[in-house]
Amino acid sequence: MFEQLSDRLQDTLSGVRSRGKLTEDDVNAAMREVRLALLEADVNFKVVKSFTAQVKERCLGAGVLDSLNAGQQVVKIVSEELSELMGGSGRELVFAPSGTTVILMSGLQGSGKTTACAKLAQLLAKDGKKVGLAACDTQRPAAVEQLVTLGGRAGATVYQQGTERDPVDIAEWALGQARAESKDVLIVDTAGRLHVDEELMDELARIKKRTKPHDVLLAVDAMTGQDAVNVAERFAADAEFDGVVLTKLDGDARGGAALSVKAVTGKPILFASTGERLEQLERFHPERMASRILGMGDVLSLIEKAEEVSDADQAKELERKIRKQEFTLEDFLQQMRQVRKMGPISNLLGMMPGMGKAMKEIRTADLDDAELDRLEAIILSMTPAERARPDMIDGSRRKRIAQGSGTTVSGVNHLVKQFSQMRKMMAQLAKGKMPDPQQLMRGMR
Amino acid sequence: MARTWQEAVDTGDARPQPGSGDRLDAGGEGRQGAFARLRQSLKRSRQALQAELQASLADRLDGQAFEQIEEALILADLGAPATAEVVGRLEAEVELGELSGGEDVRDRLIELLAGLAGADAPVLDLRARPAVIMVVGVNGTGKTTTIGKLAWHLRRELGLSVLVAAADTYRAAAIEQLETWAERSGVEIVRGSPGGDAGAVVFDAVAAAEGRGIDVVIADTAGRLHTHGNLMEELTKVRAVTAKRLDGAPHETLIVIDATTGQNGVRQAQAFAEAVEITGVVLTKLDGTAKGGIALAISRELGIPVKLIGTGEGLEDLRPFDASEFAAALLGA
Repeated sequence: MFEQLSDRLQDTLSGVRSRGKLTEDDVNAAMREVRLALLEADVNFKVVKSFTAQVKERCLGAGVLDSLNAGQQVVKIVSEELSELMGGSGRELVFAPSGTTVILMSGLQGSGKTTACAKLAQLLAKDGKKVGLAACDTQRPAAVEQLVTLGGRAGATVYQQGTERDPVDIAEWALGQARAESKDVLIVDTAGRLHVDEELMDELARIKKRTKPHDVLLAVDAMTGQDAVNVAERFAADAEFDGVVLTKLDGDARGGAALSVKAVTGKPILFASTGERLEQLERFHPERMASRILGMGDVLSLIEKAEEVSDADQAKELERKIRKQEFTLEDFLQQMRQVRKMGPISNLLGMMPGMGKAMKEIRTADLDDAELDRLEAIILSMTPAERARPDMIDGSRRKRIAQGSGTTVSGVNHLVKQFSQMRKMMAQLAKGKMPDPQQLMRGMR
Repeated sequence: MARTWQEAVDTGDARPQPGSGDRLDAGGEGRQGAFARLRQSLKRSRQALQAELQASLADRLDGQAFEQIEEALILADLGAPATAEVVGRLEAEVELGELSGGEDVRDRLIELLAGLAGADAPVLDLRARPAVIMVVGVNGTGKTTTIGKLAWHLRRELGLSVLVAAADTYRAAAIEQLETWAERSGVEIVRGSPGGDAGAVVFDAVAAAEGRGIDVVIADTAGRLHTHGNLMEELTKVRAVTAKRLDGAPHETLIVIDATTGQNGVRQAQAFAEAVEITGVVLTKLDGTAKGGIALAISRELGIPVKLIGTGEGLEDLRPFDASEFAAALLGA
């Protein structure tokens, strides 16, 4: 949908030679493209203005390196500036030296607070901490029930007093309970509220006063547009939040809101929430976010990218099939197509869920694009039944498939053999046995 | 002027039947009241910017004025392409001498913005019996709350009987949430069990509505990010199951879009439209400071009309979309 920024920049800067310098005109033209890219990514208009002014300074007179074209050079500068802007003051969660640490979660309606609270609870519980959750959203219908359910799954105790009591009192009561039960952490979930709702913002301030949290977090939806700065500014002023949990990053929003919030409040983004499952909460990575905002996607980890492309549930189902050796050529075809969606083939086998690091070691010389085209053609010439049970492919079927795909009978033979071999290996891997890469390659030949 | 529920919903009756609420044939006065309430809700705009904008529109029509208009539109989440189109048109017309003076420009700007929303005044097609509305969207946009409000309004304003279907079988306590809304709005609810098949719930709801002679079924669905292919496929299946049970159903499929959403909103609408054929947008949370320009970007790009807007968490806080009114509020005019 959006052309890569570096491509667009290269078009704009096509006149600039390597080892040359970027002139002011060059830089202005480039900044227009950068500005557009950032606005597309929903970075706040005013933040874009000041950011591009900053970047312009760096670009002016910047030499164009041999190894990069002018467009790539500008992207490099922009990316570095962005990462730095979003990283820096890496604050971690602050824990009380003794007693119960209080973490207060705030944010707009629908930003993902309750889910984030449960995820945080699970994360901390896995770290060996005893965690409590305070159900202080008395506003949203069934919010308490939601937290009770999620809290249970996360292994945390949920303290609730229904919806009739003042949330400020519930928070205080919950803290008392948590202390009495020697909880290490109490996470306080609150109702979604508009930053311009004076009454509710005041309530938040009172909850804060009553519970004296060690960490106040603001949940921000990654798809938020220009309004992010308004929300962040008011929450910073009224609730003095310490850090942000950026949510719904499993969507394809570029997430410019992250930059806006950081730029305008100076508060760091602590966590990234990447799905609805409780384990989908991770530390925030500024460089990855910079790449994403610029529309370059996450270039860091291929395997993680594979997990992005392949939906979690599909991956689970696939894993099950692998374990039971029910993985069919149809599945293989789907997987292959997904992997190809990512661009240059690097390690096909490494992309299979469950393959993990072992496969990363295996060289990919044998599996270039031409080879995959051939494999795909062969599979497509098979009937669904044949794809499901390659064992049924006898001589006459082989002939037919070979003809249909424009390959040879031995080629078809080879694929079927390779596939059975691979299926066995994958099943072993899934059971936790490390495969012998050499043995696997031998089987593939 | 603000549109009435009678104007915004086609119930198939020759004469609209007002419900127990006697709002409507208050005619002009009723409309004034609605307009005033809308302006009230949408009033939380950046006063400073308005002032600047008004100032520049009042005096000079120079490059700076157009820059300020551009800034206002971008800040409203209209997006760069739509902004460029609108401002470009305006500049051209000013150049050609077709517009003179701030008032002219302002009015034309409102006209152009309203034009992005599409030519015709959009209507909710509830002629069928039962009429089935499916509500979809990404997580946290306000689907369930909107259903509660919509059910209430259809009952009160149009005297329609409503049944809601708790087809969000995924999210913890989603069924309980809708149950509360059903109670508040005084409508019946059909539910399945948590983790059960969403399509089956809608199927059952339609059957129940047919059996009990209920006018409208509104189906809630689980929030889902459009990037999850299998969840989108599930949605397609739910729709197919509904169509199987009742020819032509769902008659309206509304995507709920949060007014604070940035440009990703277009992507969302596109993906959902590919999965289930969207007939309208409900733009929610306009009681904040976000202007919701994304709704116009969606209309412009995909031709999907905005039909309703949400302005708060209460039952009352839902009303028919009015393009000119919305455009004016966008500019804080």
